[in-house]
Amino acid sequence: MTRLINLHPDRVSRVVLGLLPFLLILAAYLVASADRLAANPNDKLLPGFGAIADAFWRMASEPSGRTGELLLWADTGASLVRLAWGLGIAGAIGLAFGVANGVLPLVRAGLSPLFAGLSLIPPMAILPILFIVFGLGEVSKVALIVIGIAPVIVRDLQARTLELPQELLIKAQTLGANSWTLVLRVVLPQVLPRLLDALRLSLGAAWLFLIAAEAIAASEGLGYRIFLMRRYLSMDVILPYVAWITLLAFIIDWSLRTLQRRAFPWFARVAGGGR
Amino acid sequence: MSGVTIRNVWKEYAGQTVLERLNLHVASGEFVTIVGASGCGKTTFLRMLLGQESPTRGTILLDGQPLPAEPGPERGIVFQRYSVFPHLSALDNVTLALELPASPVLGRLFAREKRIARDKAAAMLRAVGLEHAFDRYPSELSGGMQQRLAIAQSLVSAPKVLLLDEPFGALDPGIRGDMQALIRQIWQQTGVTVFMITHDLPEAFALGSRVLVFDKPRIDPQAPQAYGATITYDIPLRGRPGQVPDALVQRLSSAPGAPNEEAS
Repeated sequence: MTRLINLHPDRVSRVVLGLLPFLLILAAYLVASADRLAANPNDKLLPGFGAIADAFWRMASEPSGRTGELLLWADTGASLVRLAWGLGIAGAIGLAFGVANGVLPLVRAGLSPLFAGLSLIPPMAILPILFIVFGLGEVSKVALIVIGIAPVIVRDLQARTLELPQELLIKAQTLGANSWTLVLRVVLPQVLPRLLDALRLSLGAAWLFLIAAEAIAASEGLGYRIFLMRRYLSMDVILPYVAWITLLAFIIDWSLRTLQRRAFPWFARVAGGGR
Repeated sequence: MSGVTIRNVWKEYAGQTVLERLNLHVASGEFVTIVGASGCGKTTFLRMLLGQESPTRGTILLDGQPLPAEPGPERGIVFQRYSVFPHLSALDNVTLALELPASPVLGRLFAREKRIARDKAAAMLRAVGLEHAFDRYPSELSGGMQQRLAIAQSLVSAPKVLLLDEPFGALDPGIRGDMQALIRQIWQQTGVTVFMITHDLPEAFALGSRVLVFDKPRIDPQAPQAYGATITYDIPLRGRPGQVPDALVQRLSSAPGAPNEEAS
């Protein structure tokens, strides 16, 4: 008899097996929801799909009574702008300091312990400081994302830079590179695709800090809306918002991966690809 | 005095002597092959010539001047692996070797200068037999083609000395023969001084105009690290490929650690 470890699913059964857990969770939700709604048609905890779709459509297409905005799009725009600023600034800091630390031993001796220490500070613990220093506006939210993910990106890119084969740096010197052109032509182009990997891995943390900051002080944004709706037990809005955030996160991750593949076609073969 | 002069060079690490009493003059245009048992300091010797490490005692002179203490454009290097830049196509790899010395701020040439550099790089690639691979990345090239590319890249800006650290060690025997023919031809055409480490004795004697054998003449059984290796044989071949002396084969194969698989 074939051992279990040697049984491989074919393409169809792989898709079916992959979808199965999702369908089971969905079915469990529907059963529980129908059960509660049968007992109490006004139940707010587990709304049916019809109610969820209605609420989502309302958020997406009906202007808000208070501000006249389409709330879903206003929230999405506000959150994505903050996220983009946070990822962009953290990426720039990570690239600059990660490469400098990786290439220059003098800089590494000075800054590597600093970033190792910074990355141990729980970012949420200094959110109050950010609110005090930067006020309750956009800056403090972006700053929280940057402080949350930049030290990790710095340390990751420092490690990736140090992983570049020593032979390549020696070779560049024998070809007449100075320290600056060595960084510009040899190190940076090889670290850029790794920066995209680091950003993808930091994406979850970036969303976490974004939503945390929005939950505490904001007037629009996906995290703000979810925590606002909590007061009304509006699960019919909260649940589709969570799904929407998940979809956005997936699209961003996919875009970064596609950008990496298109912009750095040599990288997949060097790094083993498929990550 | 043209060429490489080595005067009483020692290399010691904490509590360990790797190389001792190296004295040597290599005239420019020689093809020096270096053989020896594992761990006898061949790679350390090459690294000192490269400037990656410096001698603890003694001096190394290049054309009468002390060797700069860091790698530079007067010395080219081909390693066994990782000798070419994975993010650049074959043509860009060689062009880069012309751009870096010419452009200290951007490391890049533009317009007419760029075209001239690319033409020169293309000619160099044709000379090593890579005329069909201009636009391919190194990962798309076979091991032998990657080493051809590395040689082209090292030689395009005409260094005085070419250092080869087991360049063909990872290649199939058939490809090895082609590569040996290529490096001999390039050496004859350019007159560059070559230092080449190899584990393959017939290769050393077939290619070299001079064979250096590194070995430990003194061994203290109580403290095996106390004495270092030095040049025990210095065999001039005067450009005629020589037979491998039987005595040398005996000597090297009876040494502790067979002459292959060096863990440098």
